[in-house]
Amino acid sequence: MDTTTIGVRSELSRRDFMKGCLAVTAFMGLPHTLFSKVLETAESDRRLPVIWLHFQECTGCSESLLRSSHPTIASLILDKISLDYHETLMAGSGFQAEKSMHDSITANKGKYVLVVEGAIPTAENGIFCMVGGRTATESLAAAAKDALAIISIGTCASYGGIQAVSPNPTGAVGVGALVKDKPIVNIPGCPPNPYSFLSTVLYYLTFNKLPELDNLGRPKFAYGRRIHEHCERRPHFDAGRFARAYGDEGHAQGYCLYQLGCKGPVTFANCPVQRFNDVGAWPVSIGHPCIGCTEPDVLFKTAIAEKVQIHEPTPFDGYPPVDTGKKGKGASPLTTAVVGLAAGVALGAGAMLAKKLPDSTSSSQDKKNP
Amino acid sequence: MKPLSRRNFLKTAGSCAGLLTVAPVTCALAGTSRTVNDDELGMLYDATRCVGCKACMSACKRYNNDNGNLEPEKAKFDPDGLWDAPSDLSGNNRTVIKLFKENSTSWSYVKYSCMHCQKPSCVSACPVGALTKDRQTGIVSYDKTLCIGCRYCQIACPFNIPKFQWDRAMPQIVKCNFCKETCLKEKGITACADVCPVKAIVFGKRKELLADARRRMKDHPDRYLDTIYGEHEVGGVNHLYLSGVPFAKLGLRDLPADAPAVFSETIHHTIYKGFIAPIALYSALCFVALRNARKQKDHQAPHDDGSPGGKA
Repeated sequence: MDTTTIGVRSELSRRDFMKGCLAVTAFMGLPHTLFSKVLETAESDRRLPVIWLHFQECTGCSESLLRSSHPTIASLILDKISLDYHETLMAGSGFQAEKSMHDSITANKGKYVLVVEGAIPTAENGIFCMVGGRTATESLAAAAKDALAIISIGTCASYGGIQAVSPNPTGAVGVGALVKDKPIVNIPGCPPNPYSFLSTVLYYLTFNKLPELDNLGRPKFAYGRRIHEHCERRPHFDAGRFARAYGDEGHAQGYCLYQLGCKGPVTFANCPVQRFNDVGAWPVSIGHPCIGCTEPDVLFKTAIAEKVQIHEPTPFDGYPPVDTGKKGKGASPLTTAVVGLAAGVALGAGAMLAKKLPDSTSSSQDKKNP
Repeated sequence: MKPLSRRNFLKTAGSCAGLLTVAPVTCALAGTSRTVNDDELGMLYDATRCVGCKACMSACKRYNNDNGNLEPEKAKFDPDGLWDAPSDLSGNNRTVIKLFKENSTSWSYVKYSCMHCQKPSCVSACPVGALTKDRQTGIVSYDKTLCIGCRYCQIACPFNIPKFQWDRAMPQIVKCNFCKETCLKEKGITACADVCPVKAIVFGKRKELLADARRRMKDHPDRYLDTIYGEHEVGGVNHLYLSGVPFAKLGLRDLPADAPAVFSETIHHTIYKGFIAPIALYSALCFVALRNARKQKDHQAPHDDGSPGGKA
């Protein structure tokens, strides 16, 4: 495969390369001292053999990775991995392509990383997605058998994505549902940030182990915090300034998109920090609420306009006034009247009762002196 | 012997009680030897430094949510439950930041939380020992397993700090305990002091805090009032305040330097010293009762003899 066809390599300057590596180091949450180690890894000739399988998907994940406006990211990735099979990018086709995959798997047994893009259909023996005469389940099983690890790129490969939404006619599932005996790193997102993928690859090459994952199999360095926590519109949320309709005054002012259904408060991703296309843009920055694409229970499961529940509320941006010895409202006249009446009745009844009580001394004397 | 009239009895009893009460009161007033332990833990809140970010409120709740049985508090204007917007200390809040604003130049934030008195009234008032003051750290803390829900502590507190969870089926008293079971245990500092970005809340020993406060006042005499709120109020408290606007305007009332708890406890403890007062009282009552009974018997004897079947 000729990299010039992708049109990236020639444009990567040393400065861009260093910047990219530094960004990746910071992004993985590593201390600055490890930058040299990451850089060393990035500069080394060691390349990770990668088999990239496509199943039920839109190729958006690959596209977002390759079509970044600056070359840094894509070229870094393509420099660090030996992409032995990628249906969109490879020059060969047909039997030639299949052979290339087969050869790579045989040659790099137990040493290659399998990247999966797209969900895998399981209904009716998986006939809904067939490549080279094999169903997706068969291809996945064959490629996964000798893989070092599997990276599920995109929400479809991670959790099933839009294919797996009810009624899910093809019985689509994510990789994790089928492969149980291999370490799987999920990089969900629709599409995910290419830096998340690159960092995972470089992390592995630098430390020879996979990064720490959360309970949904996502690297913690990229999916450790909610969108809401780093959102540039957060001050508007705290102050209660919301866009209530697309194009209204609040929307024009850049107010918080929560009322439009933003899923930022329940979505774990790094979008507000590591933005897209190298120009600092991400959906919320251009006025669209977050749709929660990294969350299996949010994307396509809740309507875009549906408001989410805030689970860990934080203080409102306002202050109660100091109360300098003011007293409460006190009892209302009605309450006073009712209580007074009741007290009066009780007193009267008590007095009447006391009157009717037999006089103990006189009665005892009566008995004693009949 | 002349029979004891009701009037005379009351007179005697009254004077006895008076004597028992007055003596300790004079003792209490005379005994001004208030002992303040400056080695106890405390916090210094500097209202001139506070920027009102409420990080302390968030951190307090984050750390003490489970341990303190706290929940977010919806505001009236917030049906969706977007914010935790308490308007005061409550059954869900151990600390709150409030704003005093007279005009655009005279304003200040103020943080409320337990003052951790040297002689806490709540501890004194608690009938079951659910509120205790740690001898070493000086932390006034609450034990939900002992509490009977009488809320005497709420009435006793001169700062109106302990709050009761009126809306819960299993309510507790809510007040700051310097993160005793949570952040203090974990990091050796209270959560609020830990997160404060401008060091408006400082945690440490009382003597260090007082020294720090004095240093600040000396360095910026134009910025601060010349008193440290809490140094002497109600016998000294461990949560100290510095401010540029009068404390009364921040809702920190002008309180006497005598601890009400010391006053009432002296009376109480004197009366009950060695259990003498109750013994004396009951002995006297017993004596009167026995004497009356004997007298009654003497008085009634002839009648009883004359009418054996009277009761039948």
